[in-house]
Amino acid sequence: MDIKAYIILSMVLFTIGVVGVLVRRNAIIIFMCVELMLNAVNLLLVAFSKMHALEAAAQASPNLASDAQIFVFFIMVVAAAEVSVGLAIIVMMYRNVHTVDVNFLNRLKN
Amino acid sequence: MNAIILTAVFGVILMFIGVFAKSKTLPRWVAIGGLSLTLLTAVQEMVAGNSFFRFNHHEMLRFENFNLLFIVIALAVTLIFFLLSGSEIEKAGPHVGEYFALIFFVLCGVSLVATFNTLLMLFIGVEIMSIPLYILTGSDKRNLKSNEAALKYFLMGAFSTGIMLMGITFLYGGNSNASFFIDKINIGVGTMPVLMAFGVLFIMVSLSFKVSAAPFHFWTPDVYDGAPTVFTSFMSTVVKAAGFFAFIRLFEHSFGSVQDQWQRLVLFITIATLLVGNITAVFQQSVKRMLAYSSIAQAGFMMLAVFALNNKAKEGILLYAAAYSLATIGIFGVLTKMNDFTIDGFNGLARKQPLMAFCATVFLLSLTGVPLTAGFQSKFFMLMAAVENGHHIWLVIVAVLFAAVSAYYYFRVIQAMYFKAPHQEEETNELSSSFKLMLGIIAGLVILIGIYPELILGWLYH
Repeated sequence: MDIKAYIILSMVLFTIGVVGVLVRRNAIIIFMCVELMLNAVNLLLVAFSKMHALEAAAQASPNLASDAQIFVFFIMVVAAAEVSVGLAIIVMMYRNVHTVDVNFLNRLKN
Repeated sequence: MNAIILTAVFGVILMFIGVFAKSKTLPRWVAIGGLSLTLLTAVQEMVAGNSFFRFNHHEMLRFENFNLLFIVIALAVTLIFFLLSGSEIEKAGPHVGEYFALIFFVLCGVSLVATFNTLLMLFIGVEIMSIPLYILTGSDKRNLKSNEAALKYFLMGAFSTGIMLMGITFLYGGNSNASFFIDKINIGVGTMPVLMAFGVLFIMVSLSFKVSAAPFHFWTPDVYDGAPTVFTSFMSTVVKAAGFFAFIRLFEHSFGSVQDQWQRLVLFITIATLLVGNITAVFQQSVKRMLAYSSIAQAGFMMLAVFALNNKAKEGILLYAAAYSLATIGIFGVLTKMNDFTIDGFNGLARKQPLMAFCATVFLLSLTGVPLTAGFQSKFFMLMAAVENGHHIWLVIVAVLFAAVSAYYYFRVIQAMYFKAPHQEEETNELSSSFKLMLGIIAGLVILIGIYPELILGWLYH
């Protein structure tokens, strides 16, 4: 399949994520949108990796171009670590104000 | 390599001490001892050129004098921070060992960010540096301001990470070498391919988020204001300097050949940062919030190094990291001892605490960039780098004008301390003699570096 299709699909996913972060007011949904951005990146990295591997094969070069696929694992691990911290922060906030609406957070603006 | 391994090891040790040790002061002394040891081995590595730990890292990290010196500066500044504000960290909450452990993990991330040679290590370093900071920001669990700051910091940090990863992906996709190594990013000469141009743009945006450069600075004042004051002083100094270090290294190694294409964007970011930081700081009544905006203003000056990207800029960023961190940690140390964070709260401090007021004056003068202080030397190097770069010389004039604006809000605090009558009814906090000693030492260092910048820069070329 053409690489352009993957680029377009990832950019659509990524844009949905970015717009969601900027527009939605629920902390959990903002968080899910960030995850969507990361998954768009994962998809595109794997696609690019395959693209480079095919190019290398066409030139009979031994480069497997698997770096990007390893990178995807790192992104998954870091995203998991980020989820654990982020959900803890959201739970902590929920205990104090009993809502996860970010509009509620305006105490610092004075 | 020493610093990366030892900070991680001591981080884990401190976590266990936090769980098993009953004593409340033990974590602090272990942290100070561990950090001193790490600092010594880092200096040894810089001087002798070999590390105690040898791993095959496949050239994913690079250890040169420039990188190692930055690690040494970051560790030394953090050690001073522990010595000055260690007792304040103990007061921040019940989990003392964990706060120190998290700071050690941040330092591990800083060491990775200082030595990365591939985009993978850059990403991991930035994340190791940021994630513990989200926790530290929210460490005051019952305080709604702290909660809000943590959530805001976390959401903005995760968002900018996503943008950075998209930039890295584009760089990989457009790179005919199919490599993440920063020297092997084939950006081309003349016009960039579209994928590359988007990659550079995305990475520039996300790093601007991390170093709080305008127009991506909006999270900074809220987060710095809401976080416990001790942790604000840490994250506005070492971590921000590390962000700039990564910025400069990445742009020099990977995108240096197409500098004329992105330089105008950096120019815009620099001026916007200087403008927003300085002008907004003028209107602040709370000193803590004023320092948050002033840290944006200082970031504008550090952006000059990214703009110029030459040898002077590289020397300048090291000097700036040291000078700005020392002065900011000092002034935040003073701030933690105040009951009232407004400028009026500083009224007549010179009469009640003459030594503390004098040291605070030195720090504020250094932040302004008055000669004989470290702040002057670092600003001087930045401006010189911009002049040597040769493009857009008028930027230097703009930067100097904004430095003059910054004098207004820094001097307002000095004026309050020396020329206003104190509120009689308030009792000031009793200061320990070790705190006074550390303040004096930091003030001395600020002046010493201001007179002999070679004390730091000499290590680059030994």
